Amino acid sequence: MPDSPALTAHAVSKRFGGLVAVNDISFALAENEVLGLIGPNGSGKTTMMNLISGALRPSAGEIRLYGEDIAGIGASRIARKGVARTFQLVRMLPGLTVLENVTAGGVFGHARRWGQELNDYAHALLQRVGLPNAGDVAMTALTYIDQKRVELARALAGDPKVLLLDEWLAGLNPTELKTGIALIEQLRAEGRTIIIVEHVMHAIRSLCDRCIVMSSGAKIAEGTPRDVLADAEVIRAYLGTADA
Amino acid sequence: MTSEAQAAAPVPVTKSTGHRLGITGREWRNLAIAAVLFALAAVVPLVGSGYVQSIAISIAIYTALATSWMLFSGPTNYISLATAAFFGSGMYIVAGGLDLAPYPVLVLLAGVAGALFAAVVGLATLRISGVYFVIFSLGLAELVRQIITWLQHVLGTMSGLYVYVDRSEEMFFWQLLALTAVVYLVGWWIGRSRLGFALRIIGNDELVAVHCGINTARAKVILFVISSTFAAIAGALVAPRWSYVEPTIAFSPFLSFQVVIMALLGGVHRLWGPLLGVIPFTLLWELISANFPAQTTLLLGAAFLLIVYFIPNGVVGLIEDALRQRGEWLKSLRLLLVRRSRDA
Repeated sequence: MPDSPALTAHAVSKRFGGLVAVNDISFALAENEVLGLIGPNGSGKTTMMNLISGALRPSAGEIRLYGEDIAGIGASRIARKGVARTFQLVRMLPGLTVLENVTAGGVFGHARRWGQELNDYAHALLQRVGLPNAGDVAMTALTYIDQKRVELARALAGDPKVLLLDEWLAGLNPTELKTGIALIEQLRAEGRTIIIVEHVMHAIRSLCDRCIVMSSGAKIAEGTPRDVLADAEVIRAYLGTADA
Repeated sequence: MTSEAQAAAPVPVTKSTGHRLGITGREWRNLAIAAVLFALAAVVPLVGSGYVQSIAISIAIYTALATSWMLFSGPTNYISLATAAFFGSGMYIVAGGLDLAPYPVLVLLAGVAGALFAAVVGLATLRISGVYFVIFSLGLAELVRQIITWLQHVLGTMSGLYVYVDRSEEMFFWQLLALTAVVYLVGWWIGRSRLGFALRIIGNDELVAVHCGINTARAKVILFVISSTFAAIAGALVAPRWSYVEPTIAFSPFLSFQVVIMALLGGVHRLWGPLLGVIPFTLLWELISANFPAQTTLLLGAAFLLIVYFIPNGVVGLIEDALRQRGEWLKSLRLLLVRRSRDA
């Protein structure tokens, strides 16, 4: 399957003082692949996302985007090279309108637009994430779930090659989950490479080509969702004992 | 919440919502209004008494300073107390250079020096944020003051310098008014530029800003440089009017605080906000210093507390709230009338 690796991590570690949040993680991600990053809370998934997006600088190791080392070059440069993300806890721009929250992602990033073209593009993205008429609304007037939609639209505004979704599907009801999954499917069909951190196993099963399971910062399993979810060590990491 | 048809292909939307390319009719209108107001302001020293002239000059100084302060601190929420550092530097360049170069050249030089000084300071400090930046900016003015004091001591000059440039009061006012006009034009240009948008994003959430691809350090330094350059030029324009310059006056932390208070009183999210703080504050200040000359600082502090407590969004916030309430009131009135006519 792997044509040319879009994103590779090689022996990436992140230490916070004595705590090793990410420990010697390596993987390669083919273009247009959807990778699931799963594991119990506190296993280092979000830290790994932060290392890729540039929010954090790795303590050791290499992260390459289409062969170019991006580890530690800073989030703004990484964003301009075509990596966009959503945050586990939504980060909105409360002083801006919903439309501006979306356009923010499309001015300085990977693909750049401005003026009417940008506004049209942002409107289309809002429509796409299910908020067709929200453009002029204040950001704080939206529900948490709708804010998550806006955040995805912002990530898409720069037309990223690699998209990092940190628990973007969490909190959706079954109907919304279905449309959410369909939307991610569609983003992949456009040729994007996607990493999702998710606890919704149904989504992992239907979306991911491959999964990496993390526990205490280390990779404990890698493979198709079906294989890793059946793995004894993975079950132990998630559930501890056999009876649950 | 709409959950149907989200996964459908994006539909191009042609609805237009205020574009930023080209100057819109509304912007032309605002520019015209601004031009008329400036023309009216320019007439003030010709018709007013000496007292009115001196108040007009104060207002012009503080409008230029508070508005240029707000260009940087408004969108980013980085409260800078370094105004005096740049203002004083501008003054000293004029005061110290009058024997060497003509006055207009010194004013330009003050701008260039202010820009370079701000670039160095900005690059070194704009990575720190919040209260650390506030304290640093306050310390900066103090540091420059001490250096100048020390230099004067070493060079064996007096504690201050005399500045003689032949200018009428009207001329001082017009110079400052012209500077204010430039501040407004630059502010207007920034507000509609990518740079201005970047700063608003930075002020809302710096982590989001970097993930949007914004080089936050560069954007902040550029704005800090622009803002500080204006403060330095203001100092250079004011120096001859004060005719005697010494470090405690030129680098007074009081000035930095006053500028912040005025800008906050007016409102820092509109270009014309600081002006609405400067005018009442200057008049209030006249009143206080005329009637309670011994308690000026105390009353200033009290005024600051009241402003922050009662009008956190400034005069602009009050005006906009009032307009919004009026709009809602009109809307409900209209609804009521429609319902009446339907019932009838």
